[in-house]
Amino acid sequence: MAERTVLAGLLEGLERLGRGAGAKIWRLGFAARFFVAILLNSGTALRRFGLTIRELYFVGVLSMIIILVSGLFVGMVLGLQGYNTLQRYAASEALGVLVALSLVRELGPVIAGLLFASRAGSAITAEIGLMKATEQIAAMEMMAVDPIARVVAPRFWAGVISMPLLAALFSAMGIFGGYLVGVQLIGVDEGAFWSQMQASVDVREDILNGVIKSVVFGVAVTWIAVFEGYDAPPTAEGVSGATTRTVVTSSLAILALDFVLTALMFTGGNAK
Amino acid sequence: MAGPPIVEIDNVSFGYDAARPVLHGVSLRIEPGSVVGIMGQSGCGKTTLLRIIAGWLKAGAGTTRVLGESVSELGSDGIFALRRKMGMLFQFGALFTDMTVFDNVAFQMREHTDLPPDLVSDLVMMKLEAVGLRGAAQMMPSELSGGMARRVALARAVALDPRLMLYDEPLTGLDPISLGVIARLIRTLNDSLGQTSIVVSHDVEECFAIVDYVYVMSAGRIVAEGKPDAMRRSGEAFVKQFVRGETDGPIPFHYPAPDYEADMDGGGALSSPLAAEASHG
Repeated sequence: MAERTVLAGLLEGLERLGRGAGAKIWRLGFAARFFVAILLNSGTALRRFGLTIRELYFVGVLSMIIILVSGLFVGMVLGLQGYNTLQRYAASEALGVLVALSLVRELGPVIAGLLFASRAGSAITAEIGLMKATEQIAAMEMMAVDPIARVVAPRFWAGVISMPLLAALFSAMGIFGGYLVGVQLIGVDEGAFWSQMQASVDVREDILNGVIKSVVFGVAVTWIAVFEGYDAPPTAEGVSGATTRTVVTSSLAILALDFVLTALMFTGGNAK
Repeated sequence: MAGPPIVEIDNVSFGYDAARPVLHGVSLRIEPGSVVGIMGQSGCGKTTLLRIIAGWLKAGAGTTRVLGESVSELGSDGIFALRRKMGMLFQFGALFTDMTVFDNVAFQMREHTDLPPDLVSDLVMMKLEAVGLRGAAQMMPSELSGGMARRVALARAVALDPRLMLYDEPLTGLDPISLGVIARLIRTLNDSLGQTSIVVSHDVEECFAIVDYVYVMSAGRIVAEGKPDAMRRSGEAFVKQFVRGETDGPIPFHYPAPDYEADMDGGGALSSPLAAEASHG
Protein backbone atom coordinates (compact mmCIF):
# COMPACT_ATOMS: atom_id res chain seq x y z
CA MET A 1 0.00 0.00 0.00
CA ALA A 2 2.76 2.40 1.03
CA GLU A 3 4.78 1.46 -2.06
CA ARG A 4 1.86 2.25 -4.25
CA THR A 5 1.48 5.69 -2.63
CA VAL A 6 5.17 6.46 -3.14
CA LEU A 7 4.94 5.33 -6.75
CA ALA A 8 1.83 7.40 -7.32
CA GLY A 9 3.55 10.41 -5.74
CA LEU A 10 6.60 9.95 -7.97
CA LEU A 11 4.47 9.61 -11.05
CA GLU A 12 2.49 12.68 -10.16
CA GLY A 13 5.72 14.64 -9.63
CA LEU A 14 7.06 13.48 -12.98
CA GLU A 15 3.80 14.35 -14.67
CA ARG A 16 3.86 17.83 -13.16
CA LEU A 17 7.48 18.29 -14.26
CA GLY A 18 6.61 17.14 -17.77
CA ARG A 19 3.61 19.43 -17.96
CA GLY A 20 5.67 22.38 -16.71
CA ALA A 21 8.51 21.71 -19.15
CA GLY A 22 6.03 21.17 -21.98
CA ALA A 23 4.31 24.48 -21.24
CA LYS A 24 7.66 26.32 -21.18
CA ILE A 25 8.77 24.78 -24.48
CA TRP A 26 5.40 25.56 -26.04
CA ARG A 27 5.73 29.18 -24.92
CA LEU A 28 9.27 29.38 -26.29
CA GLY A 29 8.00 28.08 -29.62
CA PHE A 30 5.20 30.63 -29.56
CA ALA A 31 7.73 33.39 -28.83
CA ALA A 32 9.87 32.20 -31.75
CA ARG A 33 6.87 32.26 -34.10
CA PHE A 34 5.99 35.69 -32.77
CA PHE A 35 9.54 36.86 -33.61
CA VAL A 36 9.15 35.59 -37.18
CA ALA A 37 5.75 37.31 -37.40
CA ILE A 38 7.35 40.61 -36.31
CA LEU A 39 10.03 40.30 -38.99
CA LEU A 40 7.46 39.41 -41.67
CA ASN A 41 5.22 42.31 -40.64
CA SER A 42 7.96 44.91 -40.41
CA GLY A 43 7.07 46.46 -43.78
CA THR A 44 4.72 49.06 -42.29
CA ALA A 45 7.16 50.02 -39.51
CA LEU A 46 9.96 50.60 -42.00
CA ARG A 47 7.87 52.09 -44.83
CA ARG A 48 5.98 54.49 -42.59
CA PHE A 49 9.05 55.31 -40.58
CA GLY A 50 7.23 58.05 -38.68
CA LEU A 51 5.59 55.30 -36.62
CA THR A 52 9.02 53.96 -35.61
CA ILE A 53 10.41 57.46 -34.97
CA ARG A 54 7.56 58.13 -32.53
CA GLU A 55 8.52 54.99 -30.62
CA LEU A 56 12.22 55.88 -30.85
CA TYR A 57 11.37 58.97 -28.87
CA PHE A 58 9.60 57.02 -26.11
CA VAL A 59 12.04 54.12 -26.02
CA GLY A 60 15.32 55.86 -26.83
CA VAL A 61 15.21 59.57 -26.12
CA LEU A 62 13.35 59.20 -22.82
CA SER A 63 15.88 56.56 -21.68
CA MET A 64 18.79 58.93 -22.26
CA ILE A 65 18.80 60.62 -18.87
CA ILE A 66 19.17 57.41 -16.89
CA ILE A 67 21.76 56.09 -19.37
CA LEU A 68 23.86 59.27 -19.32
CA VAL A 69 23.81 59.70 -15.55
CA SER A 70 24.54 56.01 -14.91
CA GLY A 71 27.34 56.06 -17.49
CA LEU A 72 28.93 59.04 -15.81
CA PHE A 73 28.88 57.43 -12.38
CA VAL A 74 30.07 54.02 -13.59
CA GLY A 75 32.98 55.76 -15.38
CA MET A 76 33.82 57.76 -12.26
CA VAL A 77 33.85 54.60 -10.13
CA LEU A 78 36.00 52.85 -12.72
CA GLY A 79 38.40 55.78 -12.61
CA LEU A 80 38.70 55.57 -8.82
CA GLN A 81 38.97 51.79 -8.57
CA GLY A 82 41.21 51.52 -11.64
CA TYR A 83 43.61 54.12 -10.33
CA ASN A 84 43.81 52.38 -6.95
CA THR A 85 44.82 49.11 -8.56
CA LEU A 86 47.04 50.44 -11.36
CA GLN A 87 49.13 52.73 -9.17
CA ARG A 88 50.27 49.70 -7.17
CA TYR A 89 52.04 48.57 -10.32
CA ALA A 90 53.10 52.11 -11.30
CA ALA A 91 50.84 51.86 -14.33
CA SER A 92 48.37 54.63 -13.56
CA GLU A 93 48.84 56.09 -17.09
CA ALA A 94 47.05 53.00 -18.36
CA LEU A 95 43.88 54.21 -16.62
CA GLY A 96 42.43 55.46 -19.93
CA VAL A 97 42.83 52.02 -21.49
CA LEU A 98 41.29 50.28 -18.52
CA VAL A 99 38.28 52.56 -18.41
CA ALA A 100 37.73 52.52 -22.18
CA LEU A 101 38.12 48.77 -22.65
CA SER A 102 35.92 47.93 -19.66
CA LEU A 103 33.20 50.19 -20.93
CA VAL A 104 33.34 49.52 -24.65
CA ARG A 105 33.69 45.75 -24.40
CA GLU A 106 31.52 44.95 -21.39
CA LEU A 107 29.99 47.52 -19.12
CA GLY A 108 28.62 49.79 -21.82
CA PRO A 109 26.49 47.16 -23.60
CA VAL A 110 25.64 45.16 -20.45
CA ILE A 111 24.70 47.95 -18.03
CA ALA A 112 23.01 50.00 -20.74
CA GLY A 113 21.12 46.81 -21.68
CA LEU A 114 20.04 46.19 -18.08
CA LEU A 115 18.93 49.80 -17.67
CA PHE A 116 17.18 49.68 -21.02
CA ALA A 117 15.32 46.52 -19.97
CA SER A 118 14.06 48.13 -16.78
CA ARG A 119 13.30 51.57 -18.24
CA ALA A 120 12.09 50.88 -21.79
CA GLY A 121 11.38 47.12 -21.82
CA SER A 122 9.00 47.32 -18.88
CA ALA A 123 7.24 50.34 -20.42
CA ILE A 124 6.76 48.52 -23.74
CA THR A 125 5.32 45.45 -22.00
CA ALA A 126 2.99 47.48 -19.81
CA GLU A 127 1.78 49.59 -22.72
CA ILE A 128 1.04 46.65 -25.04
CA GLY A 129 -0.44 44.63 -22.16
CA LEU A 130 -2.77 47.48 -21.20
CA MET A 131 -3.73 48.04 -24.83
CA LYS A 132 -4.75 44.40 -24.87
CA ALA A 133 -6.59 44.61 -21.54
CA THR A 134 -8.58 47.66 -22.70
CA GLU A 135 -9.45 45.94 -26.01
CA GLN A 136 -7.45 48.45 -28.08
CA ILE A 137 -5.60 45.58 -29.78
CA ALA A 138 -8.91 43.84 -30.48
CA ALA A 139 -10.40 47.07 -31.83
CA MET A 140 -7.45 47.42 -34.18
CA GLU A 141 -7.90 43.87 -35.46
CA MET A 142 -11.59 44.60 -35.91
CA MET A 143 -10.65 47.58 -38.05
CA ALA A 144 -8.66 45.21 -40.27
CA VAL A 145 -5.33 46.63 -39.08
CA ASP A 146 -2.76 44.06 -38.01
CA PRO A 147 -1.57 45.02 -34.50
CA ILE A 148 1.73 43.19 -35.00
CA ALA A 149 2.50 45.47 -37.93
CA ARG A 150 1.03 48.65 -36.42
CA VAL A 151 1.84 48.35 -32.70
CA VAL A 152 4.49 45.66 -32.15
CA ALA A 153 6.90 46.06 -35.08
CA PRO A 154 7.52 49.84 -34.68
CA ARG A 155 8.30 49.32 -30.97
CA PHE A 156 10.56 46.39 -31.78
CA TRP A 157 12.59 48.31 -34.36
CA ALA A 158 12.75 51.38 -32.14
CA GLY A 159 14.30 49.20 -29.42
CA VAL A 160 16.74 47.54 -31.79
CA ILE A 161 17.87 50.89 -33.19
CA SER A 162 18.13 52.76 -29.90
CA MET A 163 19.95 50.10 -27.86
CA PRO A 164 23.38 50.38 -29.60
CA LEU A 165 23.09 54.18 -29.59
CA LEU A 166 22.31 54.20 -25.87
CA ALA A 167 25.20 51.78 -25.19
CA ALA A 168 27.55 54.06 -27.14
CA LEU A 169 26.33 57.08 -25.16
CA PHE A 170 26.82 55.13 -21.94
CA SER A 171 30.41 54.26 -22.88
CA ALA A 172 31.21 57.80 -24.00
CA MET A 173 29.78 59.24 -20.82
CA GLY A 174 31.67 56.62 -18.78
CA ILE A 175 34.96 57.50 -20.42
CA PHE A 176 34.25 61.14 -19.64
CA GLY A 177 33.54 60.17 -16.01
CA GLY A 178 36.82 58.24 -15.86
CA TYR A 179 38.61 61.27 -17.28
CA LEU A 180 37.02 63.59 -14.73
CA VAL A 181 38.09 61.46 -11.79
CA GLY A 182 41.42 60.16 -13.14
CA VAL A 183 42.79 63.26 -14.83
CA GLN A 184 40.99 66.21 -13.28
CA LEU A 185 40.64 64.95 -9.73
CA ILE A 186 43.53 62.55 -9.13
CA GLY A 187 45.98 64.05 -11.59
CA VAL A 188 46.86 61.22 -14.00
CA ASP A 189 48.70 62.60 -17.02
CA GLU A 190 46.14 63.75 -19.56
CA GLY A 191 48.28 62.99 -22.62
CA ALA A 192 48.98 59.45 -21.41
CA PHE A 193 45.32 58.90 -20.54
CA TRP A 194 44.09 59.67 -24.06
CA SER A 195 47.05 58.45 -26.12
CA GLN A 196 47.21 55.03 -24.45
CA MET A 197 43.49 54.71 -24.90
CA GLN A 198 43.76 55.53 -28.60
CA ALA A 199 46.66 53.13 -29.07
CA SER A 200 45.05 50.19 -27.30
CA VAL A 201 41.39 50.32 -28.24
CA ASP A 202 40.86 48.60 -31.57
CA VAL A 203 37.93 49.65 -33.73
CA ARG A 204 37.04 46.17 -34.97
CA GLU A 205 38.15 44.06 -32.03
CA ASP A 206 36.74 46.23 -29.26
CA ILE A 207 34.30 48.85 -30.51
CA LEU A 208 32.62 46.77 -33.22
CA ASN A 209 32.30 43.79 -30.90
CA GLY A 210 30.75 46.06 -28.28
CA VAL A 211 28.30 47.37 -30.84
CA ILE A 212 27.40 43.82 -31.93
CA LYS A 213 26.73 42.95 -28.29
CA SER A 214 24.45 45.91 -27.83
CA VAL A 215 22.53 45.09 -31.02
CA VAL A 216 22.03 41.50 -29.81
CA PHE A 217 20.88 42.78 -26.39
CA GLY A 218 18.56 45.26 -28.10
CA VAL A 219 16.92 42.47 -30.12
CA ALA A 220 16.65 40.20 -27.05
CA VAL A 221 15.22 42.83 -24.68
CA THR A 222 12.71 44.27 -27.14
CA TRP A 223 11.62 40.86 -28.36
CA ILE A 224 10.99 39.72 -24.79
CA ALA A 225 9.22 43.01 -23.97
CA VAL A 226 6.82 42.99 -26.93
CA PHE A 227 6.14 39.26 -26.56
CA GLU A 228 5.38 39.51 -22.84
CA GLY A 229 3.08 42.47 -23.48
CA TYR A 230 1.24 40.78 -26.32
CA ASP A 231 0.94 37.50 -24.43
CA ALA A 232 -0.09 39.09 -21.11
CA PRO A 233 -3.43 37.96 -19.66
CA PRO A 234 -5.75 40.97 -20.06
CA THR A 235 -6.04 41.71 -16.34
CA ALA A 236 -4.26 44.01 -13.87
CA GLU A 237 -2.50 41.00 -12.38
CA GLY A 238 -1.57 39.67 -15.82
CA VAL A 239 -0.01 42.94 -16.98
CA SER A 240 1.95 43.45 -13.76
CA GLY A 241 3.24 39.86 -13.94
CA ALA A 242 4.25 40.32 -17.56
CA THR A 243 6.11 43.55 -16.77
CA THR A 244 8.07 41.84 -14.00
CA ARG A 245 8.82 38.88 -16.28
CA THR A 246 10.15 41.24 -18.94
CA VAL A 247 12.68 42.79 -16.57
CA VAL A 248 13.74 39.47 -15.01
CA THR A 249 13.92 37.45 -18.25
CA SER A 250 15.64 40.14 -20.28
CA SER A 251 18.20 40.86 -17.54
CA LEU A 252 19.06 37.17 -17.35
CA ALA A 253 19.12 36.95 -21.15
CA ILE A 254 21.54 39.89 -21.34
CA LEU A 255 23.94 38.33 -18.81
CA ALA A 256 23.80 34.88 -20.41
CA LEU A 257 24.17 36.25 -23.95
CA ASP A 258 27.04 38.44 -22.77
CA PHE A 259 28.91 35.38 -21.57
CA VAL A 260 28.32 33.54 -24.85
CA LEU A 261 29.27 36.54 -26.98
CA THR A 262 32.38 37.31 -24.91
CA ALA A 263 33.46 33.68 -25.24
CA LEU A 264 32.99 33.84 -29.00
CA MET A 265 34.51 37.29 -29.54
CA PHE A 266 37.40 37.65 -27.17
CA THR A 267 38.78 34.27 -26.14
CA GLY A 268 39.57 33.42 -29.78
CA GLY A 269 41.57 36.64 -30.10
CA ASN A 270 43.61 35.94 -26.98
CA ALA A 271 44.49 32.43 -28.10
CA LYS A 272 46.06 33.70 -31.29
CA MET B 1 -36.63 44.29 -46.97
CA ALA B 2 -35.06 43.19 -50.20
CA GLY B 3 -31.87 41.33 -51.02
CA PRO B 4 -30.14 38.35 -49.50
CA PRO B 5 -29.60 38.31 -45.73
CA ILE B 6 -26.55 40.20 -44.45
CA VAL B 7 -25.81 37.53 -41.87
CA GLU B 8 -26.96 33.94 -42.12
CA ILE B 9 -25.96 31.51 -39.41
CA ASP B 10 -26.96 27.92 -39.69
CA ASN B 11 -26.65 25.39 -36.92
CA VAL B 12 -23.45 26.85 -35.49
CA SER B 13 -21.82 25.24 -32.46
CA PHE B 14 -18.74 26.41 -30.64
CA GLY B 15 -16.72 25.65 -27.51
CA TYR B 16 -13.47 27.15 -26.20
CA ASP B 17 -12.55 23.57 -25.35
CA ALA B 18 -14.35 20.24 -25.60
CA ALA B 19 -15.45 20.34 -21.96
CA ARG B 20 -17.05 23.80 -22.19
CA PRO B 21 -19.45 24.11 -25.12
CA VAL B 22 -20.69 27.70 -25.45
CA LEU B 23 -23.01 27.60 -28.45
CA HIS B 24 -25.26 24.72 -29.48
CA GLY B 25 -26.81 24.66 -32.95
CA VAL B 26 -27.52 28.38 -33.24
CA SER B 27 -29.30 29.55 -36.40
CA LEU B 28 -30.36 33.06 -37.33
CA ARG B 29 -30.88 35.40 -40.29
CA ILE B 30 -30.34 39.11 -40.32
CA GLU B 31 -32.04 41.05 -43.09
CA PRO B 32 -30.47 44.11 -44.72
CA GLY B 33 -31.37 47.43 -43.16
CA SER B 34 -32.57 46.00 -39.88
CA VAL B 35 -31.40 46.50 -36.33
CA VAL B 36 -31.41 43.12 -34.62
CA GLY B 37 -30.95 42.54 -30.93
CA ILE B 38 -29.28 39.46 -29.54
CA MET B 39 -30.24 39.34 -25.91
CA GLY B 40 -29.71 37.11 -22.97
CA GLN B 41 -28.18 37.04 -19.54
CA SER B 42 -24.43 37.39 -19.07
CA GLY B 43 -22.48 34.33 -20.13
CA CYS B 44 -25.18 32.94 -22.44
CA GLY B 45 -22.88 33.06 -25.48
CA LYS B 46 -24.07 36.24 -27.21
CA THR B 47 -20.64 37.92 -27.34
CA THR B 48 -19.16 34.62 -28.58
CA LEU B 49 -21.73 34.63 -31.36
CA LEU B 50 -20.78 38.22 -32.25
CA ARG B 51 -17.13 37.19 -32.38
CA ILE B 52 -17.95 34.34 -34.74
CA ILE B 53 -19.75 36.79 -37.03
CA ALA B 54 -16.69 39.07 -36.95
CA GLY B 55 -14.44 36.15 -37.90
CA TRP B 56 -12.67 36.34 -34.57
CA LEU B 57 -13.53 32.82 -33.53
CA LYS B 58 -14.03 29.91 -35.88
CA ALA B 59 -17.22 27.95 -35.32
CA GLY B 60 -16.71 24.26 -34.57
CA ALA B 61 -19.69 23.23 -36.67
CA GLY B 62 -22.29 24.83 -38.93
CA THR B 63 -22.01 27.61 -41.49
CA THR B 64 -21.66 31.36 -41.00
CA ARG B 65 -22.25 33.60 -44.00
CA VAL B 66 -21.60 37.31 -43.53
CA LEU B 67 -22.07 39.81 -46.37
CA GLY B 68 -22.17 36.90 -48.80
CA GLU B 69 -18.92 35.30 -47.62
CA SER B 70 -18.56 32.03 -45.77
CA VAL B 71 -16.51 33.20 -42.77
CA SER B 72 -15.08 29.83 -41.77
CA GLU B 73 -13.53 29.35 -45.23
CA LEU B 74 -11.74 32.70 -45.27
CA GLY B 75 -8.02 33.04 -44.57
CA SER B 76 -6.69 35.96 -42.53
CA ASP B 77 -6.53 38.24 -45.61
CA GLY B 78 -10.13 37.38 -46.44
CA ILE B 79 -11.23 38.06 -42.86
CA PHE B 80 -9.45 41.44 -42.90
CA ALA B 81 -11.10 42.29 -46.25
CA LEU B 82 -14.48 41.37 -44.77
CA ARG B 83 -13.86 43.43 -41.63
CA ARG B 84 -13.32 46.52 -43.73
CA LYS B 85 -17.03 46.31 -44.48
CA MET B 86 -17.88 45.95 -40.79
CA GLY B 87 -17.66 48.22 -37.78
CA MET B 88 -17.70 47.21 -34.17
CA LEU B 89 -18.44 49.17 -31.04
CA PHE B 90 -16.77 47.62 -28.01
CA GLN B 91 -18.33 47.55 -24.58
CA PHE B 92 -16.07 50.25 -23.16
CA GLY B 93 -15.20 52.01 -26.42
CA ALA B 94 -11.61 50.70 -26.68
CA LEU B 95 -10.36 54.08 -27.89
CA PHE B 96 -6.64 54.37 -28.56
CA THR B 97 -5.51 56.19 -25.44
CA ASP B 98 -2.38 57.66 -27.02
CA MET B 99 -4.33 59.49 -29.74
CA THR B 100 -6.70 62.45 -29.71
CA VAL B 101 -10.38 61.98 -30.45
CA PHE B 102 -9.72 63.30 -33.97
CA ASP B 103 -6.90 60.82 -34.61
CA ASN B 104 -9.00 57.96 -33.27
CA VAL B 105 -11.76 58.67 -35.75
CA ALA B 106 -9.25 59.28 -38.56
CA PHE B 107 -7.39 56.03 -37.79
CA GLN B 108 -9.07 53.77 -40.33
CA MET B 109 -9.14 56.44 -43.04
CA ARG B 110 -5.39 56.88 -42.70
CA GLU B 111 -4.71 53.14 -42.52
CA HIS B 112 -6.93 52.02 -45.38
CA THR B 113 -7.25 54.93 -47.77
CA ASP B 114 -5.03 57.45 -49.52
CA LEU B 115 -7.42 60.33 -48.94
CA PRO B 116 -5.75 63.77 -48.73
CA PRO B 117 -5.51 65.20 -45.19
CA ASP B 118 -8.11 67.91 -45.94
CA LEU B 119 -10.69 65.36 -46.90
CA VAL B 120 -9.85 63.14 -43.91
CA SER B 121 -10.32 66.16 -41.68
CA ASP B 122 -13.72 66.98 -43.23
CA LEU B 123 -14.89 63.39 -42.92
CA VAL B 124 -13.75 63.12 -39.30
CA MET B 125 -15.57 66.34 -38.44
CA MET B 126 -18.73 65.05 -40.12
CA LYS B 127 -18.60 61.82 -38.13
CA LEU B 128 -17.95 63.70 -34.90
CA GLU B 129 -20.79 66.11 -35.70
CA ALA B 130 -23.09 63.10 -36.12
CA VAL B 131 -22.34 62.00 -32.56
CA GLY B 132 -22.39 65.59 -31.27
CA LEU B 133 -18.71 65.75 -30.32
CA ARG B 134 -17.13 67.96 -32.97
CA GLY B 135 -16.07 70.28 -30.18
CA ALA B 136 -14.13 67.49 -28.47
CA ALA B 137 -11.95 66.69 -31.50
CA GLN B 138 -8.69 67.69 -29.86
CA MET B 139 -9.38 66.07 -26.48
CA MET B 140 -7.60 62.93 -25.31
CA PRO B 141 -9.70 59.83 -24.44
CA SER B 142 -8.71 60.19 -20.76
CA GLU B 143 -10.52 63.55 -20.67
CA LEU B 144 -13.83 62.08 -21.85
CA SER B 145 -16.71 60.77 -19.75
CA GLY B 146 -17.83 57.17 -20.31
CA GLY B 147 -20.75 58.24 -22.48
CA MET B 148 -18.61 60.60 -24.58
CA ALA B 149 -15.96 57.89 -25.08
CA ARG B 150 -18.67 55.52 -26.31
CA ARG B 151 -19.89 58.16 -28.78
CA VAL B 152 -16.36 58.77 -30.09
CA ALA B 153 -15.91 55.02 -30.46
CA LEU B 154 -19.17 54.97 -32.40
CA ALA B 155 -17.91 57.72 -34.72
CA ARG B 156 -14.70 55.74 -35.20
CA ALA B 157 -16.59 52.52 -35.92
CA VAL B 158 -18.68 54.15 -38.66
CA ALA B 159 -15.71 56.09 -40.08
CA LEU B 160 -15.59 54.11 -43.32
CA ASP B 161 -19.38 53.70 -43.60
CA PRO B 162 -19.48 49.96 -42.87
CA ARG B 163 -22.38 47.91 -44.20
CA LEU B 164 -22.68 45.90 -41.01
CA MET B 165 -22.32 47.30 -37.50
CA LEU B 166 -21.74 45.07 -34.50
CA TYR B 167 -22.46 46.48 -31.05
CA ASP B 168 -21.09 44.58 -28.07
CA GLU B 169 -23.05 45.67 -24.99
CA PRO B 170 -23.20 49.31 -26.17
CA LEU B 171 -25.54 50.40 -23.37
CA THR B 172 -23.82 48.85 -20.36
CA GLY B 173 -22.62 51.14 -17.57
CA LEU B 174 -24.00 54.41 -18.95
CA ASP B 175 -26.03 57.07 -17.16
CA PRO B 176 -29.66 57.33 -18.36
CA ILE B 177 -29.01 60.36 -20.59
CA SER B 178 -25.93 58.86 -22.31
CA LEU B 179 -27.78 55.59 -22.61
CA GLY B 180 -30.67 57.26 -24.43
CA VAL B 181 -28.26 59.17 -26.67
CA ILE B 182 -26.30 56.06 -27.68
CA ALA B 183 -29.46 54.03 -28.24
CA ARG B 184 -30.93 56.74 -30.51
CA LEU B 185 -27.63 57.11 -32.36
CA ILE B 186 -27.52 53.39 -33.11
CA ARG B 187 -30.95 53.60 -34.74
CA THR B 188 -30.31 56.92 -36.52
CA LEU B 189 -26.94 55.93 -37.94
CA ASN B 190 -28.32 52.60 -39.08
CA ASP B 191 -31.15 54.25 -40.98
CA SER B 192 -29.29 57.24 -42.36
CA LEU B 193 -26.21 55.31 -43.50
CA GLY B 194 -28.21 52.35 -44.82
CA GLN B 195 -26.48 49.89 -42.51
CA THR B 196 -27.51 46.68 -40.85
CA SER B 197 -26.84 46.44 -37.13
CA ILE B 198 -26.54 43.70 -34.57
CA VAL B 199 -26.87 44.82 -30.97
CA VAL B 200 -25.77 42.41 -28.27
CA SER B 201 -27.27 43.58 -25.02
CA HIS B 202 -29.00 42.69 -21.82
CA ASP B 203 -30.65 46.07 -21.30
CA VAL B 204 -34.16 44.95 -22.15
CA GLU B 205 -36.28 48.10 -22.50
CA GLU B 206 -33.60 50.31 -24.09
CA CYS B 207 -32.79 47.61 -26.59
CA PHE B 208 -36.42 46.82 -27.38
CA ALA B 209 -36.94 50.51 -28.15
CA ILE B 210 -34.49 50.54 -31.06
CA VAL B 211 -34.45 47.04 -32.56
CA ASP B 212 -36.68 45.57 -35.26
CA TYR B 213 -36.23 41.97 -34.24
CA VAL B 214 -34.91 40.14 -31.21
CA TYR B 215 -33.22 36.82 -30.67
CA VAL B 216 -33.16 35.71 -27.04
CA MET B 217 -30.40 33.35 -26.03
CA SER B 218 -29.96 31.16 -23.00
CA ALA B 219 -27.15 28.72 -22.26
CA GLY B 220 -25.82 28.83 -25.81
CA ARG B 221 -29.15 28.32 -27.60
CA ILE B 222 -31.65 30.65 -29.18
CA VAL B 223 -34.74 30.13 -27.07
CA ALA B 224 -37.04 32.74 -28.55
CA GLU B 225 -37.22 35.21 -31.41
CA GLY B 226 -39.62 37.81 -32.65
CA LYS B 227 -40.46 41.51 -32.73
CA PRO B 228 -40.02 43.40 -29.46
CA ASP B 229 -43.79 43.70 -28.89
CA ALA B 230 -44.27 39.99 -29.33
CA MET B 231 -41.44 39.38 -26.86
CA ARG B 232 -43.11 41.63 -24.30
CA ARG B 233 -46.32 39.63 -24.63
CA SER B 234 -44.58 36.27 -24.78
CA GLY B 235 -45.93 33.67 -22.41
CA GLU B 236 -42.77 31.58 -22.56
CA ALA B 237 -41.34 31.18 -19.07
CA PHE B 238 -37.74 32.13 -19.84
CA VAL B 239 -38.65 35.17 -21.96
CA LYS B 240 -41.05 36.36 -19.27
CA GLN B 241 -38.39 35.99 -16.60
CA PHE B 242 -35.76 37.77 -18.70
CA VAL B 243 -37.94 40.62 -19.93
CA ARG B 244 -39.39 41.35 -16.50
CA GLY B 245 -36.16 40.67 -14.60
CA GLU B 246 -37.81 38.19 -12.23
CA THR B 247 -35.81 36.19 -9.73
CA ASP B 248 -37.98 33.10 -10.05
CA GLY B 249 -38.21 31.21 -13.28
CA PRO B 250 -36.35 28.70 -15.38
CA ILE B 251 -33.05 30.49 -14.66
CA PRO B 252 -32.23 29.70 -11.02
CA PHE B 253 -30.98 32.44 -8.72
CA HIS B 254 -28.37 30.09 -7.22
CA TYR B 255 -25.30 28.88 -9.02
CA PRO B 256 -25.13 25.08 -8.64
CA ALA B 257 -23.65 24.32 -5.23
CA PRO B 258 -23.36 21.38 -2.84
CA ASP B 259 -25.80 20.97 0.01
CA TYR B 260 -26.14 24.19 2.06
CA GLU B 261 -26.01 22.35 5.36
CA ALA B 262 -22.79 20.54 4.41
CA ASP B 263 -21.11 23.85 3.50
CA MET B 264 -22.17 25.47 6.76
CA ASP B 265 -20.72 22.53 8.72
CA GLY B 266 -17.43 22.90 6.88
CA GLY B 267 -16.74 26.16 8.74
CA GLY B 268 -15.37 28.06 5.75
CA ALA B 269 -13.41 25.10 4.38
CA LEU B 270 -13.97 26.47 0.89
CA SER B 271 -12.05 29.70 1.37
CA SER B 272 -8.44 29.52 0.31
CA PRO B 273 -5.90 28.90 3.11
CA LEU B 274 -4.01 32.10 2.23
CA ALA B 275 -7.13 34.25 2.44
CA ALA B 276 -8.13 32.60 5.72
CA GLU B 277 -4.69 33.24 7.17
CA ALA B 278 -4.76 36.87 6.07
CA SER B 279 -8.15 37.50 7.61
CA HIS B 280 -7.13 35.92 10.91
CA GLY B 281 -3.89 37.28 11.18
